[in-house]
Amino acid sequence: MELVGYETDALDRMFAALADPTRRAILVRLAAGEATVTELAAPFEMSQPAISKHLKVLERAGLVTRGRDAQRRPVRLEAAPLKAATDWLETYRQFWERRYQNLDALLEELQQ
Amino acid sequence: MKGTAVTTPTDTQIVMTREFDAARDLVFKALTTPDLLKRWFGADGWELVECEIDLRVGGQWRFVSVGPGGLRMGHGGVYTEIVPGSRLAYTERYDDQWFPGTAQVEADLLGSGTASTTMISTLTFPDKQVRDMVLASPMERGVNESHSRLEKLLGELQ
Repeated sequence: MELVGYETDALDRMFAALADPTRRAILVRLAAGEATVTELAAPFEMSQPAISKHLKVLERAGLVTRGRDAQRRPVRLEAAPLKAATDWLETYRQFWERRYQNLDALLEELQQ
Repeated sequence: MKGTAVTTPTDTQIVMTREFDAARDLVFKALTTPDLLKRWFGADGWELVECEIDLRVGGQWRFVSVGPGGLRMGHGGVYTEIVPGSRLAYTERYDDQWFPGTAQVEADLLGSGTASTTMISTLTFPDKQVRDMVLASPMERGVNESHSRLEKLLGELQ
């Protein structure tokens, strides 16, 4: 199951990237459309290098990409990895939900 | 509207919240009575066939489930805290160790009436990697790894 191993690593990087409030705020901003580092730094009391550091973490997690335009290098949100993370959670949730539905039926029976 | 909510409040935890239409005492009974557990704990083609519970602090529990293709999976642990009707805490470890180390499980039952109980299950794993692995596939991984062990064994026998 090499695929599972690979995806677990990717998931690690993603959860680590999402564990920081500034990085989450950056993602929220990018959900509204691409932005330059200058634009991203504006709402935060942070230097551009500090923002760039956060962007590198997000980039390594596959959550954002940088555009080719040498001047602007706009940052874009990549939705697919985020969806992969929520898919894992959803599979787990569904598994337990099916168990709990069995429990619902049992509890109902026991109360009759 | 009932439904299971899954959250990951810290790097090493999974928290599940679910409401049940029954009093806390009855939910607690369903969590701690072997005959009752056998009637609900199976899901997705799995059936709980052995269930032993020594319900006291330091007492052991052991479950064996049979899954698709007759695959057996055992897990168990030790009860660390028992408050009838409101809290159950125990360790959990799988026989085949498809995840390393021991998980800590806490189930808290909240609610004052006879008609509704909210169960909050907190699972704490040895590290983040194990937590993510468990999250990535609750049963599937154990199945896949058992299958690959079987394949390996069959290969050796030929």
